[in-house]
Amino acid sequence: MNTNDPQQQLAHLAEMRALMERSTRFLSLSGLSGVWAGFCALAGAAGMYIWLGMLPFSGDEGYYYDKAIRTINWGLGYKSAVILLAFLVLSAALSGGLYFTSRKARKQGLRVWDASSRRMLWAMAIPLVTGGIFCLALLYWNLPALVAPATLVFYGLALANGAKFTLRDVEMLGLAEIALGLLGIFYPGYGLELWITGFGLLHILYGARMYLKYDRSPA
Amino acid sequence: MKDIITQLNPAFDHRNRLGIMSVLAVNDWVEYSTLKELLNLTDGNLASHLKPLEAAEYVTVRKQFVGRRPQTTYGVTDKGKQAFKLHLDALEALLKLGRDDD
Repeated sequence: MNTNDPQQQLAHLAEMRALMERSTRFLSLSGLSGVWAGFCALAGAAGMYIWLGMLPFSGDEGYYYDKAIRTINWGLGYKSAVILLAFLVLSAALSGGLYFTSRKARKQGLRVWDASSRRMLWAMAIPLVTGGIFCLALLYWNLPALVAPATLVFYGLALANGAKFTLRDVEMLGLAEIALGLLGIFYPGYGLELWITGFGLLHILYGARMYLKYDRSPA
Repeated sequence: MKDIITQLNPAFDHRNRLGIMSVLAVNDWVEYSTLKELLNLTDGNLASHLKPLEAAEYVTVRKQFVGRRPQTTYGVTDKGKQAFKLHLDALEALLKLGRDDD
């Protein structure tokens, strides 16, 4: 090998950088996973409004969480309704997300379950599990007003943390979710609208952007 | 120019060895099979590139059992980190020179 050839050294450096990226970061995360998660969240929020018998931005009828405590619909009290809808949205978003991400990994010739994806999931799991238990505790103490903003804050923390081990763009999405969640703590009446913005619209926007940026062009 | 070339470490004088060092530099411990997959090498090829790095004490091996399966993982030593950094510095200097020549 000719060590004097800068062109060749440059090629080696580029290859080294790619190896470093590929060995630490999970790069198969598909933008479509985000888009799908966004639509799942919108469907879940629609379910919540139907259960409440309310429309978005109808705050003059009173706060949605006050109404939630008094509502029993489809044989469900508000705790069961919230937990059931959250469970449905989460499982639909995760299974669809896994589908799009494995599809992308297959196309890239990479494995879905490897050291980098494990690290990313572990980094996300700590804030997510903490947040999940925190929200159950809020329901337990009859504080539904804080559930929607709390899910945004903890999910944002999970994304910001997980972003260290996957595509960097995820960090900005995480910070945006945290900001919406914090806003929601001060304006709890708009909790559901903020939740829709964060989990629905931002997911769709960011997912689409990531899809256009990384997935469409052959990586 | 001559000075810089003498600073380039002959132990890293192959793209696969640079690849091994790159992966190990940013990960604590990497399994043999993961390394093989990342670098797209055969068993024999990877082993032959790991050997000189081990001999130079740049790379260290850890063998353990996960259940009943033996698992071999590799890590970089402090000496290896130092040597790799010097090598990269030399490469950088070389590239800068190459650019100035243009």
